[in-house]
Amino acid sequence: MVDSHTAYAIAIMALGTALLRFLPFIIFKGKGSTPPLVEKLGRMLPCAVIAMLVVYCLKDMHFTTTAGYLPALMAGLLVALLHVWKKNTLLSVISGTVVYMLLIQFVF
Amino acid sequence: MKEPAHRQFLFLSRQAGNEKSLADYAGICTLGGHRRMNRTVRQAFVETIPVMTGYLALGFGFGIMLKASGYPVWLAMVMSMVIYAGALQYIAVGLLSGGASLLTVGLTTFLVNARHVFYGISMLDKFKITGKRTPYLIFALTDETYSLLCRETPDIPLTERKNYYFCICLFDHCYWIAGSVLGAVTGSLVPFNSQGIDFVLTALFITIFIEQWRSTTQHAPAIIGLVVTAICLALFGSESFLIASMGMILLLLCLYREEVPHG
Repeated sequence: MVDSHTAYAIAIMALGTALLRFLPFIIFKGKGSTPPLVEKLGRMLPCAVIAMLVVYCLKDMHFTTTAGYLPALMAGLLVALLHVWKKNTLLSVISGTVVYMLLIQFVF
Repeated sequence: MKEPAHRQFLFLSRQAGNEKSLADYAGICTLGGHRRMNRTVRQAFVETIPVMTGYLALGFGFGIMLKASGYPVWLAMVMSMVIYAGALQYIAVGLLSGGASLLTVGLTTFLVNARHVFYGISMLDKFKITGKRTPYLIFALTDETYSLLCRETPDIPLTERKNYYFCICLFDHCYWIAGSVLGAVTGSLVPFNSQGIDFVLTALFITIFIEQWRSTTQHAPAIIGLVVTAICLALFGSESFLIASMGMILLLLCLYREEVPHG
């Protein structure tokens, strides 16, 4: 059901995301050159943030039961190995997800 | 617009009495322009094929999840059109169906998408030449589009780059919308146990991580990102580790001295 709360929430997400994307262009508009520190961050941060998001996606893993970590670990390793080997995003993503879904729905 | 200009040119060239050479010249110009444009579009399309596969799959997962939470198909389309941020939209399904407060929604948006600020920083130079297309290019600057726009494109003439960037952004946006709608439609037609489908996002980030790792010899930022986030997760728990991680990563990267390549 789509109520006004849902609509506001979507508007906030849309505007917030756009604001974050426009922010550097607003801040550094008209300036001849970007500060070296900012440029350095621009080069290095994407790698660090993607690494952070990988960990973020696995945040709900827990080690109290095998079902808490084994499915994600196995599927994650599968994705990594497949991607190193075949370099095909679709293949890696779909295989990993299907294996993960099968593992948590039927095995663990 | 091309036709009258071309005719005018022919007319002028007739008057000038050297019809053939000038008309030929005009013909070559128009044809050359078309070919160049088509080539740009084709080249952009080829570059976006890996993203197409990823976005169709990822969007599909989002559509199914949203549908499974009881939302209509058109909402999947609207969200993918106006928000256009993969990770956030996945998290949004839980936030919307759980009735999270608008403050939570705002904070989550900020945290999950703060990285986009830095994508913009590395695009400041490239987007200096893109004219009136720039606002759309900035709006559409997702993780994957960013990774495509980062690539050096020496074979594309400077005058064509704004079209090339625009095509990449537009194609990616369309894949994402198409994937979400397909997923939502499938979810409403086929009864489907979607438990675990959110792993699409994990899988996608792992593949991006590996691709970024391959594209550079400087692995310290990636390692810092992994280690710092894992430590913060262990210290602060899964509810509030993201802010701490981002602060620490920012600080360490500021202090880090880049390796300067030799030669």
